[in-house]
Amino acid sequence: MAFSTTLTINGVKRTIALDDPRVTLLDLLRERLNLTGAKKGCDRGQCGACTIIVDGRRINSCLALAISHDGADVLTIEGLAQGDRLHPVQEAFIAHDGLQCGFCTPGQIMSAFGLIQEGQAGDDPERVREAMSGNLCRCGAYRGITEAVLEAHKTLDALNRKEVA
Amino acid sequence: MKTFDYVRPASVREAVSAAAAPGAAYLAAGTNLLDLMKGGVTRPDRLVDITHLPDLDRIENLADGSVRIGALVRNADLAHDRDFARRFPAIAEALLSGASAQLRNAASVGGNLLQRTRCAYFYDPASACNKRNPGSGCDARGGDNRLHAILGWSESCIATHPSDFCVALVALDAVVEIEGRAGRREIPLEAFHRLPGDSPDRESVLEPGEMIVAVRLPAEAARFAAHARYLKVRDRTSYAFAIVSAAAALRIEQGVIAQARIAMGGVALKPWRAREAEQILLGGRADTALFVRAATAALAEAKPSGDNGFKIVLARRVVARALALAAAGTPERMPALPGSPFAAASGVLAHV
Amino acid sequence: MSEIALTQTPIHIRHGSNIGQPLTRRDGVLKVTGAAKYAADQHPPGMLYAVLATSSIARGRVAHLDVAAAKAHPGVVDVITPANRPALALDPDEKSNPFMFRLDLLQTDRVRYAGQPIAIVIAQTLEAATEGASLLAPRYETEPARVGLDDGESTALQVVGPGFPAQAQRGDVETELAAAKKSITQTYETPAQYHNPMEPHAIVAAWEGDTLSIDTPSQGMAMAQGRLAGLFGIAPEKIHIRSPFLGGGFGGKGMISGPQVLGAIAARAVGRPVKLVLRRDQMYGPVGHRAPTRQTLRLGTDGDGALVGLDHHTKTMSSTFDDFFEPASTPSHTLYASTAIATSHAGVRADIGTPIFMRAPGEAPGSIALESAIDEMAQACGMDPLAFRLKNYAEVEPISGKPFSSKALRECYRQGAERFGWERRPLAPRQMRDRDGLLVGWGVGTATFPAVMFAAQAKAVLRRDGSGVMEIGAHDMGQGAWTALAQIAADGLGLDLDRLEFRSGTSDLPDAGIAGGSGHTATAGMAIYNAGADVIAKLADLATNDDHSPLFGAGNAGVVARGGRLFRRDDESRSESFSDILARAGLAQIEGRGAGGRPNPMEAHGQSDYAMHAHGAVFAEVKVDPELGQIRATRLVGAFAAGRIINPRMVRSQYYGGMIWGVSFALHEQAIVDRHSGRPMNANFAEYHIPVNADVPSLEAILVEEDDPHVNALGIKGVGEIGITGSAGAVANAVWHATGIRVRKFPITLDRLLEPQ
Ligand SMILES: Cc1cc2nc3c(=O)[nH]c(=O)nc-3n(C[C@H](O)[C@H](O)[C@H](O)COP(=O)(O)OP(=O)(O)OC[C@H]3O[C@@H](n4cnc5c(N)ncnc54)[C@H](O)[C@@H]3O)c2cc1C
Ligand code: SF4
Ligand code: FES
Ligand code: FES
Repeated sequence: MAFSTTLTINGVKRTIALDDPRVTLLDLLRERLNLTGAKKGCDRGQCGACTIIVDGRRINSCLALAISHDGADVLTIEGLAQGDRLHPVQEAFIAHDGLQCGFCTPGQIMSAFGLIQEGQAGDDPERVREAMSGNLCRCGAYRGITEAVLEAHKTLDALNRKEVA
Repeated sequence: MKTFDYVRPASVREAVSAAAAPGAAYLAAGTNLLDLMKGGVTRPDRLVDITHLPDLDRIENLADGSVRIGALVRNADLAHDRDFARRFPAIAEALLSGASAQLRNAASVGGNLLQRTRCAYFYDPASACNKRNPGSGCDARGGDNRLHAILGWSESCIATHPSDFCVALVALDAVVEIEGRAGRREIPLEAFHRLPGDSPDRESVLEPGEMIVAVRLPAEAARFAAHARYLKVRDRTSYAFAIVSAAAALRIEQGVIAQARIAMGGVALKPWRAREAEQILLGGRADTALFVRAATAALAEAKPSGDNGFKIVLARRVVARALALAAAGTPERMPALPGSPFAAASGVLAHV
Repeated sequence: MSEIALTQTPIHIRHGSNIGQPLTRRDGVLKVTGAAKYAADQHPPGMLYAVLATSSIARGRVAHLDVAAAKAHPGVVDVITPANRPALALDPDEKSNPFMFRLDLLQTDRVRYAGQPIAIVIAQTLEAATEGASLLAPRYETEPARVGLDDGESTALQVVGPGFPAQAQRGDVETELAAAKKSITQTYETPAQYHNPMEPHAIVAAWEGDTLSIDTPSQGMAMAQGRLAGLFGIAPEKIHIRSPFLGGGFGGKGMISGPQVLGAIAARAVGRPVKLVLRRDQMYGPVGHRAPTRQTLRLGTDGDGALVGLDHHTKTMSSTFDDFFEPASTPSHTLYASTAIATSHAGVRADIGTPIFMRAPGEAPGSIALESAIDEMAQACGMDPLAFRLKNYAEVEPISGKPFSSKALRECYRQGAERFGWERRPLAPRQMRDRDGLLVGWGVGTATFPAVMFAAQAKAVLRRDGSGVMEIGAHDMGQGAWTALAQIAADGLGLDLDRLEFRSGTSDLPDAGIAGGSGHTATAGMAIYNAGADVIAKLADLATNDDHSPLFGAGNAGVVARGGRLFRRDDESRSESFSDILARAGLAQIEGRGAGGRPNPMEAHGQSDYAMHAHGAVFAEVKVDPELGQIRATRLVGAFAAGRIINPRMVRSQYYGGMIWGVSFALHEQAIVDRHSGRPMNANFAEYHIPVNADVPSLEAILVEEDDPHVNALGIKGVGEIGITGSAGAVANAVWHATGIRVRKFPITLDRLLEPQ
């Protein structure tokens, strides 16, 4: 059986032929579209390494069937920076050393991006920690991660305010 | 994962007929179903993808004051719906204490109700499990069963139901709306999940092909908004299933408890409503001794199913504490750590 | 000051402007944009997917595999089982040195632990390979599994860990303990733990003739190369390993594992590139773990609280077919002064995969037990736990009597205690509550880890355009090798960092030694530094002997290299650029080589006049719900002294990470092994708990200055593992202080704190 699914990935709309309904969004990105930024840490929704933004919300792409997301808008880590200009979340992760081995990092960053968009944590570190708890980091970069999210939130807030003004 | 026939129905009616075939399963977000398929725990022949069905993703306030939550409403959307969270704070808190932000963003209301047990032996196809493979036995008995049931279990299965959401829902008399080929029916959530008995493979009252279309909260459920909490004890601060949890909701009139609701999670194969305990509270003043009495009644029938006697002690304390928290009043803002014993930020906690 | 002192001695002990700078990660942009390629991100043309089938029994044999069913699945290309596995040049069970671990490479149908690979399925797609593996539906002849410390078969031990003697003593511990004024005897248990780097072991392997090219995460590429060469019967140079980024290693990627070799076997069998990535559940079997321990400590003091006897006995476990015994008693050699000390280990063998080094092997489980026991002893003496530790401060290494090469532990205690506010701690437990009524407890633990070096080589090149290249096959598993080693390289060559090309992460470059034992920065760093010095020495030779150079005749007065120029040491107004020197000599470039470390670290350790260890003090606060027992480690302050710090930003991150591992050790992680089947029942990330972000709300690391003239010329000790030691004990001790309940079985879970009330 052949299927096709249409996805807008990092702003580019593409129709993808799928020969297998079992393909997850994560495996589609990684194994078939060469977008290997999102990582597979568990493949079972237990670590957050595969976090991407689908239709504006962060989800675990390992537990999402590609075929079921026909028509979705997908943002991955590869689509976050604007050319050479890093997104403020990315910059903050570097500045606060919110990474060590870097394997959880794309998931952390997309999760942080999603969190800031959700607007549920604001500038409260405890809320940030809770809201980032779906992203495990075995290296233990949590302190830098939390600081980075807080700083990026502040930067983006200021940018938004400037735009409004 | 086995290959499957993928079907994307255009209407509930189509869905129901597509799912009537043997070996068919509904696919909502898939956060539980795909997990189980990857583990070889379930191997459906056909997936009926309901995520593209229209109109099931709405939260509606009905004329009679009840609220109808479509089966496809995302857990996060429900918890963050301001109006909903204001009226049903314990439900929002329960939702936000579950899983992770990413999973809540995907997970649907219907899928949450029907998520299956986290019993490690159920998840492990090499183990004997009456639920997965009727008649094969139960390796959890005599195995690692620290987190297994203390209420309503049977010789054939000692697993628990993992949902947080359901615990708060059952406390507030939620009703499940079901669509089948014979039409629509509804059933109280309390009667929706089945205890294991001799057939732990039969988990709910759903007949093959039947679909959850909505969950309804009666108008009365909103009357507890000022005194409603969810408390969830875990092995880590977040992103962990409950060891034991409880939802408590009170209506207090002039210092006297006029109405009380208590339900427990992590103790049985269904969200466990503690009606006797609720009765004890009626007419009483909110104080520790009363809460402890109610909590004791809630666990009166409890017995360990293995190395889990501590859960009885713990559940008693969780219920008493949840009641104390509810009595102290719903916090104005959702705590930073929803459902957590570490949620409180100031010294108002009554420790019981 | 950016300078390289060039004297007649080849080793330079002054440092330039790059070392010590808190630079951000040089691979940071690659990592935050998703552009950093980890092994599993590779996808050479024509690649197939391999998926392992692993055993669900712990002991017995595979009686039947439904190969036909697997092969019938659309997309499946081949199935490899013991029946058709291509021959290897070496028996995978052969062992000719202690660092050669026996591998399960489908040599027989025997099963010796749960999770052992029993077949490989190769397919066009990952989905097909995965389903193919499950269609094999193995049938077993099962034999009863030996599970756990009590069920395993006893075995006498001569050595533990990487070759430490299993027994050691100083003085007569029995006599001292018998005469002690106060004494305690307690037993502590630590569980089996799994490394669980976020990146599962992965390999993309491609053969071209008898040349093997692989992408795989490795903490020791040269050793992996050697092991693969032996197994495949080809020269090590025929094997090209790329491992630019590891998604965490923690010891689990130190030796090449069976599944990685199986990936190369699969690629050879099908004649196409193959990708094999372990599923998370497959990380709990064939790739090592930390063995469980049961440790009995007997301590005795005189009337003043000075230790007179310390006896530390460990019972631990290895597999039935190979040796690695967790050297958990060894921290007692180093940490506290005692008139007499005895340590010993006993082993059992059970049906489990072979354990291996895991972050702070020996030190982690050993120090949580020792630090708990020290606290219990302090309590028995009625002393503050910090005062007790200071009272028993080891001025020389207790077991050997050797002086320490440096030891700023006293300063660690002081700075850490001050920052933490330790002086406000009530002596008795269960005295503190926060404003929510939660119990609060404070604990301290001493951190220690030996300063180890392996052996490394590096090659340096200075080019005529004034740029430099440093080549070393180092391993960045998150500790920051790409950054810290480049900092050393730049100083070694007297260049600004932006003029340096730092090449690393492949086995085609000089061997950097294993990235383990917290010794990588010291080992590779010294090789790099020496290679730089070799180049500068040659360059200085050219200049000082050339009468056209302003440096002519500088001779023994020496020259200094900095910012791409050589300066006359006694007259800095006279200098010449590297490029001018090279141009005048008509040279396109100069090459230099350097070595670092010690070819035999164990021997070197024994021969040294000094005991070399990093130290630290960790202070922890926990909160415990008095009725519900739930625990949270709310605040940790660690003060560490580990010699010279190359990059404080990266080092802090190492300490934070280690401290979180300490929290995890004390409160969270454990493998739950079914006592009947021997299968780990929580082989996943949902039930094998490691801390989440919300578990560690506050961490601080203080870098205590320490100048060590003996460890190596750069004064580097190593920071990767020490953070876990001390922290685990501090958290455990804080739980006691919060609750008055001493839990001696780790991790401390809430059920153990639910006292009837
Ligand atoms: C790592 C992890 C941690 C988690 N932690 C928690 C936790 O702490 N607390 C908690 O409560 N939950 C937790 N969950 C579970 C999570 O809440 C559920 O997976 C989720 O709610 C399921 O929703 P879904 O839409 O993804 O359902 P699916 O996975 O799509 O479906 C689940 C089941 O319901 C059936 N189904 C779905 N919708 C319908 C319908 N409308 N009618 C009939 N049948 C239907 C499916 O056939 C399937 O059998 C966790 C999950 C993971 C993976
Ligand atoms: S407790 Fe229930 S779910 Fe778990 S193994 Fe036994 S029968 Fe299966
Ligand atoms: S890979 Fe998706 S959550 Fe771990
Ligand atoms: S940086 Fe290594 S897992 Fe997070």
